[in-house]
Amino acid sequence: MNSRRRFLLRALAASSALLLSGCDRLSRSEWFTSILDSAEKLTLGAQRLLQPRKAMAQEFTEADLSPDFRSNGTDNPDNPEYQALAASHFSGYRLQVGGLVAQPRAYSLAELKAMPGRTQITRHDCVEGWSAIGKWKGVQLSRVLEQVKPQPSARYVVFYCADPMDELGTRYYESIDMDDAWHPQTLLAYELNDEPLPIENGAPIRVRVERQLGYKMAKYVMRIELVERLDHIAGGKGGYWEDQGYEWYAGI
Amino acid sequence: MPPYDAAAARAQAGGYQRHTWPVRLMHWINVLAFFLLLLLSGLQIFNAHPALYWGKSSYTGRPPILQMDARMGPHGNPMGVTRVFGHEFNTTGVLGWSADTDGQPTERGFPAWITLPSQQWLAMARRWHFFFAWVLVINGLAYLSYTLASRHLSRDLMPTQADWRSIGQSIKDHLLLRHAQGEAARRYNILQKLAYLGVIFGLFPLLILMGWGMSPGLDALSPGWIDAFGGRQSARTIHFVVAWLLVGFVFIHVFEVIVSGFWNNLRSMISGRYRIADEERTHE
Repeated sequence: MNSRRRFLLRALAASSALLLSGCDRLSRSEWFTSILDSAEKLTLGAQRLLQPRKAMAQEFTEADLSPDFRSNGTDNPDNPEYQALAASHFSGYRLQVGGLVAQPRAYSLAELKAMPGRTQITRHDCVEGWSAIGKWKGVQLSRVLEQVKPQPSARYVVFYCADPMDELGTRYYESIDMDDAWHPQTLLAYELNDEPLPIENGAPIRVRVERQLGYKMAKYVMRIELVERLDHIAGGKGGYWEDQGYEWYAGI
Repeated sequence: MPPYDAAAARAQAGGYQRHTWPVRLMHWINVLAFFLLLLLSGLQIFNAHPALYWGKSSYTGRPPILQMDARMGPHGNPMGVTRVFGHEFNTTGVLGWSADTDGQPTERGFPAWITLPSQQWLAMARRWHFFFAWVLVINGLAYLSYTLASRHLSRDLMPTQADWRSIGQSIKDHLLLRHAQGEAARRYNILQKLAYLGVIFGLFPLLILMGWGMSPGLDALSPGWIDAFGGRQSARTIHFVVAWLLVGFVFIHVFEVIVSGFWNNLRSMISGRYRIADEERTHE
């Protein structure tokens, strides 16, 4: 009996130590992380199953607005082209929309503002855990898509941004699928809290994808491309943070 | 010759089958999923923004209700500071400022020895957390179905009239570390039943619901539902508090397991067999 107890105790201690240090090793192994990754598809599948395509994110009232809307990530792109645009109050800005579309075109900021706009007070949830509530005005991405006419093979909308993220100059980029692209709350926003979008929050255009986390909502958007696959772009995971290991589906 | 009856044979050997194999299996899956992996990866996720708020957003004009960070101490050396409801505590070395995996002190909420991964790595912690969240939910649903179908719930967990009448005595017994002997040890006592029911139908469902409440995707199912709990940031706070309440439950649970016969209890959760106390004495 005593030897059995000692064996059990030793086995218990050994397995717990093994488990904790083993977890760190597992985090670095490809086979295990690919098992962990399977949960992302399960989550996306479950959420899309439960959530009607047009299910709306919660909208708030002016009373809920955060006193000042926090800037996170890049607050002023270290990019001479961008700085030149900012110096001219983005008068020279042209948003390029192309890829798998019938009619590629470029939009000036004035042209985007002249299109019918949508205003929404929504909660911005950062992957870090904090939330801030802001009032956004912009043109629905769906209105732009109606004009450029996506081809049937287009499955994703990719946003290319002006902000370099490292010394190599890797630019921020993000992507969403067509469900989110056509969603009524998905905006190319140019106003925050009734003011022109400040540089620290992504001027001149930032994306709003209200049913996902903040990192999906690319700032400083310069170009939009419709594509069939994401694996040929940058790190191949569909976004700057995705290439660093974050989930492509950020509805959780 | 009568057919061999394993249960009867064991009963003669001085024990009985206390836990069925599905309960044992689901118990240990829960230990692994919740206590080890979800808790530790959750603390790593918390470290990405080590502050808790009450309300719909973090920036409401009111300060956080809990915050961990680092600042310069009086002698120019950094110190870890934890603020709870405006009260400040020096938590250097544990909360706010502690050694990273390379041994260098750094600003971090919870220390490296209690987070998964141990180094600051939010993306990986989320992957662990959301994978084992599925394990926890599926295991929980399996447990609920089993416990209802097998009548484990009605037979073993629901308090009886007699249980309710014994509550005063049971509190006294627990405080004096007096444990049921003989036949009485076959049944859960009232405090045990209430603790298990509270965890199964209270804390775990609340924990999971508050986890869903932090998901912007699930928030869109019925916009505004999370406001019933105070808003998304309140949900995050409740999720955190409930996780620690569950840790508190685990500590009390393990304490009771130890003081009321560690090996007997542990065996009953591994092989299923539990010996009645006075028989244990005669056999050993």
